Amino acid sequence: MKKIEAIIKPFKLDEVKEALSKIGVKGMTVTEVKGFGRQKGHTEVYRSAEYKIDFLAKVKIELIVTDEMVPQVIETIERAAKTGKIGDGKIFISPVEEVIRIRTGERGRDAI
Amino acid sequence: MKKILFLSLLTSMFIVGVAFAEQPTTSIPKMDSGDTSWLLISAALVMLMTPGLALFYGGMVRTKNVLGTIMQSFIALGVITIQWAFYGYSLAFGPDISHVIGSLDWVGLRGVGLDPFPGYSATVPHQAFMIFQMMFAVITPALITGAFAERFKFKTYLVFLILWSTFVYDPLAHWVWGVGGWIRNLGGLDFAGGLVVHISSGISALAAALVVGRRKGYGNGLMPPHNVTMTLMGAGLLWFGWFGFNGGSAIAAGSLATSAFVVTQFSAASAALSWMMAEWACRGNPTVLGAASGAIAGLATITPASGFVGPISAIVIGLVAGALCYYAINLKTKFGYDDSLDVVGVHGVGSTWGVLATGLFATKAINSAGNDGLFFGNPSLIGIQAISVVSVWVYSFGVTWIILKLLDWTMGLRVNEEHEITGLDTSQHGEAGYNF
Repeated sequence: MKKIEAIIKPFKLDEVKEALSKIGVKGMTVTEVKGFGRQKGHTEVYRSAEYKIDFLAKVKIELIVTDEMVPQVIETIERAAKTGKIGDGKIFISPVEEVIRIRTGERGRDAI
Repeated sequence: MKKILFLSLLTSMFIVGVAFAEQPTTSIPKMDSGDTSWLLISAALVMLMTPGLALFYGGMVRTKNVLGTIMQSFIALGVITIQWAFYGYSLAFGPDISHVIGSLDWVGLRGVGLDPFPGYSATVPHQAFMIFQMMFAVITPALITGAFAERFKFKTYLVFLILWSTFVYDPLAHWVWGVGGWIRNLGGLDFAGGLVVHISSGISALAAALVVGRRKGYGNGLMPPHNVTMTLMGAGLLWFGWFGFNGGSAIAAGSLATSAFVVTQFSAASAALSWMMAEWACRGNPTVLGAASGAIAGLATITPASGFVGPISAIVIGLVAGALCYYAINLKTKFGYDDSLDVVGVHGVGSTWGVLATGLFATKAINSAGNDGLFFGNPSLIGIQAISVVSVWVYSFGVTWIILKLLDWTMGLRVNEEHEITGLDTSQHGEAGYNF
């Protein structure tokens, strides 16, 4: 089992969610986050005051999938979240030791 | 046939009656219901400008100071109303002493009754004029609060309100509008308060920004407006109320009020556009805050000229105002003072241009009680307007400086550093603007 974290542009969230649902992903967790990478921040000007906004709004999607699903999920997120412009985001993959469904007590793949 | 005869008899009796009734009006001023209605409505319109200003300023500060900022405007409705009733109106409009101040003869509104008063309101009850003028006295010190937003101690502010009204507003109102006031006698034109309201508050704001000092973290920290939608709502209320501010200053419902109403709209619209275009050209974005600021600049600018200039002149005045005030607010960054909400750049600079523009564009064709400006063949008016501007600048700056220095030594002007960081809302008022 793997955890996939994808940080994407907020306006791409719906597309990514739809695409993932289509390939059989049954759940995900979404968080509004702020950060910067190569894109850096942007500048806002209010009357004469100029403010450099370092952290940009992004959305972080977290989902746990079985090992076989990983390539397909990554490919789907890449395709749906891509604009080709700077700031499209990143995907992180990490191993997951155990998954437990609280209601039933199921463990492992059954709990995903 | 009988019916028609009866009707025509009735009509002719009515006409004769009117003809007779008209005769005494020339000697004793008679109350006019149209004029009175318009002035009372105008007073209510101007009253709404103060809560409008509270929102205009409230949106431009950070969340932690939204209530503190709103309160500084709102509470002026409380404090100045009482001051005006007790002695403010008497100092401003009471019987003249040496052309600089009104006497205390009208203390507690003694003698300020419900009959028309020929000196100020020939066709309107004296108290209607008094309450209309009160709304101007209320909003003027509230305008200054933008200069020291996010750091002023509330207790000191209450005392500042009273002192500033008493020693700056009331005398200036007397100079310009009071019977016997020296600027009025000189022929200085200020229809609705360019000198009295906007230059006085704008230049006092400069003194205040300098004496109070910058906000903690100014220049490094992030201090963007927390809610520009609130600011736009406030700008809308100000714009709406301004029709009473300028239109009501005719103290009569009729052609002059209409003319003032029209030029108010024209100047606000053209200044909103010219500020937006100037900012778009210089910074690459047509901002909402810029358009709102431009509208207010255009309104502050047309105020002194509103009863003296024609509609096309108003568009020219407004176009200059938007770009000029946009340029002016950028100067503060250069000079390094923290006039937090740009009172100097918008009201001080805008209305200075407005009073001088009155000297250029005024025409007796609009208001026979006014004068002709430079472009209408009378070069002397611009000199009188310039003298008026300089006098009000010097007096407002000097007296405000002294008042603030005295308060600094006695009560302290600023909240302490910890309170400035936590914000005025919790430190001064014990509540929060937003509890999500």
